[in-house]
Amino acid sequence: MSDLITDDIRAWIGRADPPLEFEVTRRDIVKYAIATEQRQAKYLAGDEAPPMFLFGADRPLVGLDELGPDGLRRDTLTPELPLKRVMAGGIRQRYHRPIRAGDRLVIEKSITDIYEKQGSSGPLIFVVYEITVKTADGELVMQETQTRINR
Amino acid sequence: MPKLERLMIGDALPERHHTATNVSLFLYNAAVWNAHRIHYDEPYTIEVEHHPGVIIDGPLQGDWLTQVVVNWLGDDGRLLEFEYSNRRASVLGETLTAGGSISAIDGTTVTLDVWIRNERGEVTTPGRAVVSFAA
Repeated sequence: MSDLITDDIRAWIGRADPPLEFEVTRRDIVKYAIATEQRQAKYLAGDEAPPMFLFGADRPLVGLDELGPDGLRRDTLTPELPLKRVMAGGIRQRYHRPIRAGDRLVIEKSITDIYEKQGSSGPLIFVVYEITVKTADGELVMQETQTRINR
Repeated sequence: MPKLERLMIGDALPERHHTATNVSLFLYNAAVWNAHRIHYDEPYTIEVEHHPGVIIDGPLQGDWLTQVVVNWLGDDGRLLEFEYSNRRASVLGETLTAGGSISAIDGTTVTLDVWIRNERGEVTTPGRAVVSFAA
């Protein structure tokens, strides 16, 4: 059934990026809150982060020379796929503790599945990631399952 | 603010319209540090990635869905779980409507179906949220 997913690609299932640690600043929360049109004072003041604030936080910050012509960084946790165009798929998040300014967080990301489906305009490859966010002290903050679609 | 004892399955949450602009999309992608050109470079987006226009980020629509829930819920409870999937691309210039309704009530746990619709009435981004009301 799976024509596009080779053994080399399949070997990526189970791989993980090194943990990424960073500090949440009030300024970062406020920027996110403004750009997403939040209405609650606690978000707009940067006291607490909106639920989806951490989207993209798993991406390491790299130099401009590491960004491709599409503007994206070549992901260290994605195999070379025969379908090149990337679309956001979907995510599922479970929230354990609010994120506040000053929190030190650790993000761990691993690849848990790669599969192929036939879409209405051709084949699609789905790559599934598990992301776990904890505080530096080890308290669970958020768990996320992320699906990326290549077409 | 919703009161748990008055909630019924099927109750609608307040809807909200979102019209992204070049400026709001730029700021969102800057905030999440996303340089993908489909969110700000129209010629590239059309000619190279073959989209009809500058793409409104899927996760931004996801965020709008969380706001349907948290703005309705206020301080009466907290969001435990949220999921969404981007089924259809939306391009700059479209006005999207975010809304939702109650799909299940189990004690103090309430499940909500949420959605984003485009101007043609198509659901671009369906989602689901689970909230817990303070006991």
